[in-house]
Amino acid sequence: MMFRSRVSKFAVALIALAAVATFSGCKKKAADPFPATGSIAGWEKTGDTRTFEAKNLYQYIDGDAEQYISAGVVTTSTADYKFQGSLEAVVDVHTMSAPDGARKIFEAGQTKDATTVQLGDAGIAYAQSVVFRKGPYLVRIVAYQSTPTSQQALIALAHGVEAKL
Amino acid sequence: MSDRRDFLKTALTGAVLLGSQSKLGLAAPPDVPGVPAHQDKFTHRLEPGKSKVVIARDAALHGSNGLLDEKHVFDLLDRAIASYTGRDKPTDAWKRILPPGPDKVIGLKTNGLGGKGISSHAVLALAIAERLQWAGIKPGNIIIWDRNARDLEACGFTINTDPSRIRCFGSDVSGYEDAPVAFGSAVNVKLSKILTRQCDMVIGLPILKDHSMAGVTFAMKNMYGVVQHPNELHGGGCNPFVADLNCIPAVREKVRFTVGDAMTSVYDGGPGFHPERLWQPNALIVGEDRVALDHTAWQMLERKRAEVGMGTFEAAGRPPRYIATAADPAHKLGYNKPEHIALVEI
Repeated sequence: MMFRSRVSKFAVALIALAAVATFSGCKKKAADPFPATGSIAGWEKTGDTRTFEAKNLYQYIDGDAEQYISAGVVTTSTADYKFQGSLEAVVDVHTMSAPDGARKIFEAGQTKDATTVQLGDAGIAYAQSVVFRKGPYLVRIVAYQSTPTSQQALIALAHGVEAKL
Repeated sequence: MSDRRDFLKTALTGAVLLGSQSKLGLAAPPDVPGVPAHQDKFTHRLEPGKSKVVIARDAALHGSNGLLDEKHVFDLLDRAIASYTGRDKPTDAWKRILPPGPDKVIGLKTNGLGGKGISSHAVLALAIAERLQWAGIKPGNIIIWDRNARDLEACGFTINTDPSRIRCFGSDVSGYEDAPVAFGSAVNVKLSKILTRQCDMVIGLPILKDHSMAGVTFAMKNMYGVVQHPNELHGGGCNPFVADLNCIPAVREKVRFTVGDAMTSVYDGGPGFHPERLWQPNALIVGEDRVALDHTAWQMLERKRAEVGMGTFEAAGRPPRYIATAADPAHKLGYNKPEHIALVEI
């Protein structure tokens, strides 16, 4: 009787472990939203991804950090890109604790001269920058130069980021 | 022109530098009687009780390709310094600004916080470095510096610690003082050793920007880049932190001149790079009185915001109150009233 009880407990534990393992295996890995070189036509990732936690965000965007912290930023990751070897851009992905935080920052930075674009939950574009939010993520992509095709190129890169979130 | 390009190219990579021409010469002119205590070390005044600020402009500063024209930057710098000092020759003019005595180490504190696109321009720092050498400063006694390598690289510099050439490195290399200093609300401030141990004098090279909390960032706010944890000084619209920080003796006494970069600016969305709010004032703003400089910079930004139909900083909820604080009797860092600012626009 005791033996049978132990066996059944063991079986239950095994089943539970298997369930956890199965769930973990199916669970989506932590997002790496940065498209690799060549995955978006013309775009090259030119630097390593750097990630800042909220408490260290001032090291990256001192002066701007507080508005992200008050909106619940958890981490900010950033990487540099280059389009067709010349147009330089930076991609910032802010992971907020909740979608509301992403919405708050998105709306605070929106101006009437922005063009609405279909990206994530909401997106806008200017000649040299694209901003969108998707769930708890707020993404800002900025080009350092302006070319006739820079906005189009940035939107293509933004779609690449969105697909990885 | 090609010589200048060569200079910039080699200086950026730290390869070759120009030789010095003469030793530091002229002492500052005697103080003007009746000048308030906080003004008693300023060397160039139009008249007692007034601080001189020069705004020098060049509409052709940016070429048709949108990039800065190096020759125009050098010429603009020379015009600004000549106007400020009353000396036409750059060598004479810079001698009026620099401290007397041999082997002085001069720091050029840039601002690369905003990243590539809205950082102090390397060409300006290198133009000043060239003129300092003309005035007798040894190349290795010129340190271009900021918080860290990233900020300096954002300006377009390459890190160099070789003392035989112009040096360029951040506080991440020098480290910060272990012993904190304080003034007023600015407590537990750990200063960069570049400021405290290496430089005899620092020339500020801020870049004119809107600031999401302080309203305006220019001469005084640039000093956030000399402390280890600037994020601790951001409450209350950075007021009175900016003024208090500038009253810490090493900051107050060593940072004695500003060549403000208003060649490019952001009038909203700062301090980061927001190309949709980028603006090219094509100007340098120079002077010794950091309060008068910041007041002047603030007014420039207000005018630009009005021009594009934006509200004032007050309406935006972030007036730069620290400027008035810096001028108050507890700080006495300079003048913030137009009647005390001798503004020269050329």
